[in-house]
Amino acid sequence: MTNIIEVKDLKKSYYDSEEPTHALSGVTFSVRKGEFVAIMGPSGSGKSTLLHLLGLLDIPTSGEYFFDGKNISNFSGDELALLRNKKLGFVFQSFNLLARTSVLDNVKLPLSYSDVPESEWEEKAKKAVIAVGLGERMHHEPSELSGGEKQRVAIARALVNDPDLIFADEPTGNLDSKSGKNVMSIIQRLNEEEGKTIILITHETSTAEHSERIIRIMDGVIESDTKVKNRLSIDSDYVK
Amino acid sequence: MTLKHTLKTALIGLTTNRSRSLLTILGIVIGITAIMLVVSLGAGAQALILGQVQGLGTNTIAVIPGREPTGPSDVSALYSDSLKIKDITALQNKANVPDLKVVMPTVFGAGTAAYQANVYQVTIFGATEYLAQIFDLKTNNGDFFTSDDVLSRGDGVVIGSKVVDNLFGNDDPIGQKINVKGKSFKVVGTLPPTGGGSLFNFDAMILMPYTTAQDYLLGIKYFNRVIIQTYTDAQVPATAVDIQKTLEDSHNITDSTKDDFTVQTQQDLAARLSTITSALTWFLVAVASIALFVGGVGIMNIMLVSVTERTREIGLRKALGATDKDILTQFLLEAVMLTAIGGIVGIILGAGLSFIIAVGLSQGLGVNWTFVFPWSGAAMGLGVSALIGLIFGGYPASQASKKSPIEALRYE
Repeated sequence: MTNIIEVKDLKKSYYDSEEPTHALSGVTFSVRKGEFVAIMGPSGSGKSTLLHLLGLLDIPTSGEYFFDGKNISNFSGDELALLRNKKLGFVFQSFNLLARTSVLDNVKLPLSYSDVPESEWEEKAKKAVIAVGLGERMHHEPSELSGGEKQRVAIARALVNDPDLIFADEPTGNLDSKSGKNVMSIIQRLNEEEGKTIILITHETSTAEHSERIIRIMDGVIESDTKVKNRLSIDSDYVK
Repeated sequence: MTLKHTLKTALIGLTTNRSRSLLTILGIVIGITAIMLVVSLGAGAQALILGQVQGLGTNTIAVIPGREPTGPSDVSALYSDSLKIKDITALQNKANVPDLKVVMPTVFGAGTAAYQANVYQVTIFGATEYLAQIFDLKTNNGDFFTSDDVLSRGDGVVIGSKVVDNLFGNDDPIGQKINVKGKSFKVVGTLPPTGGGSLFNFDAMILMPYTTAQDYLLGIKYFNRVIIQTYTDAQVPATAVDIQKTLEDSHNITDSTKDDFTVQTQQDLAARLSTITSALTWFLVAVASIALFVGGVGIMNIMLVSVTERTREIGLRKALGATDKDILTQFLLEAVMLTAIGGIVGIILGAGLSFIIAVGLSQGLGVNWTFVFPWSGAAMGLGVSALIGLIFGGYPASQASKKSPIEALRYE
């Protein structure tokens, strides 16, 4: 299987103050297509910085990043935006849904920046909303939804452009355990049934065990990179 | 992102903050309303003034003694007696002024008219039998004096409606003798009220043959103004030149900068009055534009606040694939839509207000004030308000587009 992500000696420093802060001090690893990888680490370890770099939201200070076999170092801002739109999906800890905008319109948002003709938006968005089990709530606004439902809208939004890779940044961080497990089941299902590559950022071991492989980050370097021995199955804790 | 969808997005952005959007456009609304009002009322005033000037007939040319002063030391008043009867004879010669239809010398002065115990301050206006034709006057009682009266220095006079009211009250003035400056005159005709808005107000005038006025009342041998009509409007410019040459010959003037008279066509006068009202209008527009500028600054202020507030939204849109240009267009369109809506509201409001004012003026003051919808002002208002959106929305929009997605997503 080919690698969707290959990073070599990736570094990121911030120069906010006089002394540079090294958020990432040389990270090398790769992720296969269809793999489910969890990145773990305490706050300040550099895991969010890594996610931003992998998610093409930020540019590394040095090192190389091959996305889908292409070195993206020389990509322009517009080319990166296009890649994010077509190949990547994002699920954030704080949902980031547009307020006073219906579930369906929130899910359509990535389509509006794509080259998908507008006539297909409705159908694609509806399909994604149904896939996360919110078919009944399509015309509700985010303020009328529970946390778990909001996160499922965010997943539908991440799915709508049929991306290869989904980034989930602490997706259960703002949820109670029941909704959290529910969301994780959906994410795992996307991986196992649809073959989506998943990169999950979390600090909870129980959440990380939905993945196949855990990369632990500490002080900007990889501390360990291990296979998950007793991976949780999709329905092990799925509560409807 | 398609333009259609960007428009929709911008519209949603505006409607989610409806009351703020409304307050923001208020400045633009006021500015455009003020401009519309000024332009519309200016056009109405211009139409009114031109209507009165052209009421005299655009085929009319006036010759006045003296020339326009070229400087403070130019004593043009010295020539106030320059127009004499020999000039009239020269002008009447078809060889000199071929297209001349009518020439009428006029004189005027102030005086007091008395009938029995009633006294009234009047303007004495001496002219010829062509008076009624040139000024489009009709008597409501009696008749005008004739050419014979002009030749014989007749004592028959036509009096304006105010003179009738003040001297005679409800009595019939026709045939009565009135006393002007110690001389006795017979009233042969009266004029109906001409209305307060007219440029020439005949209401307080006593009209008589110029010969009578010159000899018996004013004691002068010259004319205050010579009025000439051509057959058609098209003959006016050439005739004005003919008149100038004829009078220069008659006065032995070779250098036309030294002319002791001025030839004024109604067309010149209309053009000059237009220039004055236009200049006034544009001056007021410039003043009203200050309101627009202030409104623009208000737009910029609110857009900057909006960009900061929506930092997360910007970050999210970028993460989902929005390019810098997409974000720039979105915020720019929001600003332009705000100002354009403000512009449209201002145009409607301004036009409505000036319509009300036009109706009020024509009914309240009795002048013939017509409402003019200022298409140019409206088009300019819309263009300017959209431009203000572009200019004052440009900076906030570029700030928005430059936000890094991670900074934006991290923003709480």
